Amino acid sequence: MRVSKRAGAVAVSAAVVLVAAGCNSGDGGDNSGGSTDGAITIHGTQPEVGLVPANTTETGGGKIIDFMWTGLVRYPNDGGNPVKALAESIDTTDSKVYTIKIKKGTKFHDGTEVKAKNFVDAWNWNAYSPNAVQGASFFSDIDGYADVHTEDPDGADGPQKAPEPTSKTMKGLEVVDDHTFKVTLAAPFSIFPTKLGYSAFMPLPDAFFTSTSDAFGKKPIGNGPVKFVSWQDNVEVKLTRFDDYTLEDKVKFKDLTVKIYQDDTAAYNDLLSGQLDFMEQVPNSSLAGDKWKSDLGTRAKNVPVPTSALIAFPMYDKRFQNADLRKAVSMSVNRAEITEKVFFNSKKPSNSWANPLAPGNKEGNCTSCAYNPDEAKKLLEKAGGFQGEMVFYYNADASHKEWMEAVAQSVKNTLGINARAEGIPTFAVFRQMINNHEMKGPYRAAWQQDYPDVENWIGPLYVTGGSSNDGLYSNKEVDRLYKEGTAAADIDAAHAKFAEAVALVDADTPSIPVYFYNEQWGHSEKLKKVEVTNVGEIDLSSVEL
Amino acid sequence: MGRYVLRRLLQLVPVFIGTTLLIYWLVWAVPGDPFAGKCGDRRCPDSYIAGMTEKYALDQPWPVQYLKYMQNMLQGDFGTTYGGRSINELIAAAYPNTLKLAIVALAVEALIGITAGVLSGLRRNGFMDNLVLVSTLFLIAIPTFVTGFVLQFLFGVKWGIINPTVSSDVPFSELLIPGFVLGSTSMAYIARLARTSIAENRRADYVRTAIAKGLPMRRVVGVHLLRNSMIPVITFLGTDLGALMGGAIVTEGIFNINGIGREVFRAIVTKEGATVVSIVVILVLVYLLMNLVVDLLYAALDPRIRYE
Repeated sequence: MRVSKRAGAVAVSAAVVLVAAGCNSGDGGDNSGGSTDGAITIHGTQPEVGLVPANTTETGGGKIIDFMWTGLVRYPNDGGNPVKALAESIDTTDSKVYTIKIKKGTKFHDGTEVKAKNFVDAWNWNAYSPNAVQGASFFSDIDGYADVHTEDPDGADGPQKAPEPTSKTMKGLEVVDDHTFKVTLAAPFSIFPTKLGYSAFMPLPDAFFTSTSDAFGKKPIGNGPVKFVSWQDNVEVKLTRFDDYTLEDKVKFKDLTVKIYQDDTAAYNDLLSGQLDFMEQVPNSSLAGDKWKSDLGTRAKNVPVPTSALIAFPMYDKRFQNADLRKAVSMSVNRAEITEKVFFNSKKPSNSWANPLAPGNKEGNCTSCAYNPDEAKKLLEKAGGFQGEMVFYYNADASHKEWMEAVAQSVKNTLGINARAEGIPTFAVFRQMINNHEMKGPYRAAWQQDYPDVENWIGPLYVTGGSSNDGLYSNKEVDRLYKEGTAAADIDAAHAKFAEAVALVDADTPSIPVYFYNEQWGHSEKLKKVEVTNVGEIDLSSVEL
Repeated sequence: MGRYVLRRLLQLVPVFIGTTLLIYWLVWAVPGDPFAGKCGDRRCPDSYIAGMTEKYALDQPWPVQYLKYMQNMLQGDFGTTYGGRSINELIAAAYPNTLKLAIVALAVEALIGITAGVLSGLRRNGFMDNLVLVSTLFLIAIPTFVTGFVLQFLFGVKWGIINPTVSSDVPFSELLIPGFVLGSTSMAYIARLARTSIAENRRADYVRTAIAKGLPMRRVVGVHLLRNSMIPVITFLGTDLGALMGGAIVTEGIFNINGIGREVFRAIVTKEGATVVSIVVILVLVYLLMNLVVDLLYAALDPRIRYE
């Protein structure tokens, strides 16, 4: 028995060697660039919508967009400020008018050159409200946004329809020549160049505008290091190296398959048996008892990612309008115990309002994040106690039950108020209740930065009218300091203003930062070298076989 | 016989309309705005929600939507998902895989289940009988996902005999283990069903006559006994094909097979009425046709049964 098994193994490996050798000799002649050929398979999920950069906001499609497109700037893997990618220069004197020059001679996958108009046209198209793009609001800084993006007078649910926009183009965008364009913002915004690496700002080829976005999304044409080959729904997306790519982050292998899984454990088993080369997050079940570390050995990697879990207060509910009460709740949560007991130390307890990976963040600036039962009790007394039940809401279709219950329990034990956690069946219903301001208690939230800057942790979350300020928190001083920060002449001055704003947010505690995400990723023996990007996705240019 | 089949086929029409209407209404009644959660922890722009609502005519009452849907469906167009993918293509890609898996499962359960049932039914209270009773009890007690994970881990990861997941073109050879997992519970039921049926008919007059005539035991069991005892088993197998296709969601997940289980689950969660109904329509057809086939098979198995 043993002998035959071993013989079988030898035969199989011999066959693999032969096949591999056959491939090499076949492709070797075509490629004189000296780069290694080879194929890798990585973990993915089915993209929810067609692959159009500004319309893809979920991670399954987002990662493929990030592979296939190169933007004006890109973000270094180890954090820090963005570096120029497609941009030759981004100049401004007043943080309001930006002159952007792009590198000459770069190409889209269909062979056409990337020109300034490809940016201007794409941004105008994305912002134009009848096109119904998910990421339209990213362009709201640009002068003339209101002309192309009209608001529905009674909200999306109401019977009235939004008026037709008066213009198809924003007056703040202007093509100067083939490789230069000028962006005028409605108000000075010092962080604007940092934003430009986000996928909504990618250029679109001329072919996009002669096609429909659905049709383009099925066969996307980008300008990045890999190009699209095929997409089999729920099975795999195949990509291959774009040989005319001229920028720095070239890839050193040929074919990339994003294999689509519905179940993490299935993917993990494939990783263990060498069918899969990269998985950005091993399943929770393998974290218990550090099983994944014994499974993967040195191929088990643990990195922090710029995502934070929070619990937000519905500030529109009278019972939660007292800052002392919110602080008391925050200080009664034993974050260290929760991350240890519920997450086996795979997450880090929060101690700052922004994620530590965001440039400009100051570690430890969340004073109400400290577990302090005595102080919490005093604050609750000062606030006049809490009447009735405090329900912590979460969406029950993802694994949030355990930690939300731990939070509620922690609050109950420390403050003696009647706290419990309750699940809302699906994320869609959960978001609908949040959007309609129907939440009757603190609720779970999470924030992953769109671009690396502390501004992205303040503007959307704590400024009046911010895109994710769902609890309707409003503090005029925070708004003022934020505005001064965004209008500052340089990033350092901006960060100083933001720090002042965060101190005020800390005093108000409109939400409870609970933990920072860490990513436990793994790769196969086939990859000799691999790094992950600043958002924890595989960095294709780092891969060596 | 011909008239019977025709009548049965005509009966399918109201059943078909009734089930699709019911399913459409049920999906429509699932709470939640389908686009509310699309932009993560950020509120989607109103223009996006309004645009999508208009594109998919979701602002109209559901009977109108249903009628429009049925009108398109009768012309062979199932519509598109909210992500802009053609439902026809999704179904064309996913249904064959699920069907393959269900057929493998059906074959496994028929082969092993009937064999075990016959062996134990012929000699009741013997060693074989006890073994079958204990092992089927064991199989019935374990949920599918446990069998699935254990077999996947042992065969796929530990011993490396199979790939842990099924490759993209879903060959039959890779479906053996998933098919076994999917069919394991039904296999146990079939074994027990066949055992009881065989044990009962074993004492029937015609079996005694056949033995008295001096026919060899193989012929007595294989032709006389088995044929009559198969009626309850065939009934079970027929309806089980439908159940296997609809219930493969766990197995498809474990072995990462692109089947309809995942699609229908995803579509229910995202409130995609058109997708759910389109998938279920075909499932309902499979159920109805299998029922018809089973009814017709009765006559073939037992000549005393006739259809008028």
